[in-house]
Amino acid sequence: MKLIVAEDVNVYYGDNHVLRDISLSISEHTVTALIGPSGCGKTTFLRTLNRMNDYIDSFRVEGKIKIDGKDIYGNKVKVEELRQKVGMVFQKPNPFPKSIFDNVAYGLKIQGTKDKKSIGERVEKSLKQAALWNEVKDILHKPALSLSGGQQQRLCIARTLAVKPSIVLMDEPASALDPISTAKIEELILELKENYTIVIVTHNMQQAARVSDRTAFFYMGELVEYSKTSDMFTNPKNKATENYITGRFG
Amino acid sequence: MSRLRTNRIIDSGFRYLGIAATFFGLVILALFILNILQQGLGRIDGAFLTSLPSRRASRAGILTAWTGTAWILFLTALIAIPLGVAAGIYLEEYGKKNRLARIVEINIANLAGVPSILYGLLGLEVFVRAMRMGSSLLAGACTLSLLILPVIIVATREAIRAVPNTLREASYGMGATRWQTIWYQVLPAASGGILTGVILALSRAIGETAPLIVIGALAYVPFVARSPMDEFTVLPMQIFNWISRPQQAFLVNGAAAIIILLAITFCMNGIAVYLRNRWQKKINW
Repeated sequence: MKLIVAEDVNVYYGDNHVLRDISLSISEHTVTALIGPSGCGKTTFLRTLNRMNDYIDSFRVEGKIKIDGKDIYGNKVKVEELRQKVGMVFQKPNPFPKSIFDNVAYGLKIQGTKDKKSIGERVEKSLKQAALWNEVKDILHKPALSLSGGQQQRLCIARTLAVKPSIVLMDEPASALDPISTAKIEELILELKENYTIVIVTHNMQQAARVSDRTAFFYMGELVEYSKTSDMFTNPKNKATENYITGRFG
Repeated sequence: MSRLRTNRIIDSGFRYLGIAATFFGLVILALFILNILQQGLGRIDGAFLTSLPSRRASRAGILTAWTGTAWILFLTALIAIPLGVAAGIYLEEYGKKNRLARIVEINIANLAGVPSILYGLLGLEVFVRAMRMGSSLLAGACTLSLLILPVIIVATREAIRAVPNTLREASYGMGATRWQTIWYQVLPAASGGILTGVILALSRAIGETAPLIVIGALAYVPFVARSPMDEFTVLPMQIFNWISRPQQAFLVNGAAAIIILLAITFCMNGIAVYLRNRWQKKINW
């Protein structure tokens, strides 16, 4: 069974038609990379999966996106519940200007969890999952903004995991980081795949090749090609895909 | 005279003009304050602060005036802060950015420039007469709240707008509602800016006299207000009353009361500046 299914998705910002007839499905416990040149709609598509575009006044979506068989743009959907299930990590590390502990505990706090012991356990577990625990276990009450950029991004991942999502969306999570921090994030993505379904937008072809099982190539708002990553990078079917992944444009 | 020489003379001429312009205001203010201090400082003692008004200048005090000012400050804050901050939050976080929003925005900015006596007339009609509050502290506080609401709304909006959007997205992305995002993330990050605006607005409110005269605040109140429905006076009214009398001794009283009013205003502005500096240091996204 496919966890995420998009059927004929069209997205508009006012008169601007940014996604055209996107249909694709994503299996559980896989990493899917969304690639394509800037402005191709890949980030818009990613943000459509947890309805992060809702607050843009001119945003409009047509077609169906089902997660776990349920239409996420349906009437009965509570968007807060959806986002607990479909977490998100952003391009620039954006920890809250609070302590490391409070950053990870925030998701539990807004769900109304009061039990200090279970919050503490979840914080520790999430930080371990994000491979950050050893670096921060003695400074949990220091401000999150005092961490390095790479640590901050792993903190953001830990914060997202603490809410127990089944899907994690990542919007160019390593683009603001140095190569060592990037390698740590990629390693982490491969580990998280065991328990989570990951959709990642990236501008880095090698990164897409290294971490993803399937790759979707977006161009001018259309889904040009979607196949197994190994197939796409060795034997692209479409000329535009080939040109993009070999660096001839984009 | 060579061209170069002329240019240099114009250059230094403008420099001195600038210095003169800068010091003009400062010197006048300093002279005023020195004059007031010289006249009134000797008059300030414990009895001056704790005595009721009197026909004899030497026995008159500002107890009713400063307690009235304190009451007005307290009630105005109670009314204006929640209303102004809530309106600012709504306009910035919930309101759509369409033409109506722009019209509202321009009008709020215009309201901040309406002469205060017009607010007094509005207060007289609405609060004193239509809502039957009489010339009470509550009517005064409501009127002054209207007067400073635009300032608080604008300050709140600016402070909220300065909060980076990435912070909101992080919160929404974890399943927080709008209100949770505002309460846990946006307001704490914007609180310094909001507080600064609120304090400056309140320090303006305590110096206002015109609207309170219009709604019927009394210059002579022989008792300390005990409830928001009591009649009242405030420091600027008391000062005005004393200064307009012919006897020299009352002028001294007036000077002393001015020192107290200035001290309160400077203190509030000082706190506002301190908070602004601290807030700027704390925020480094």
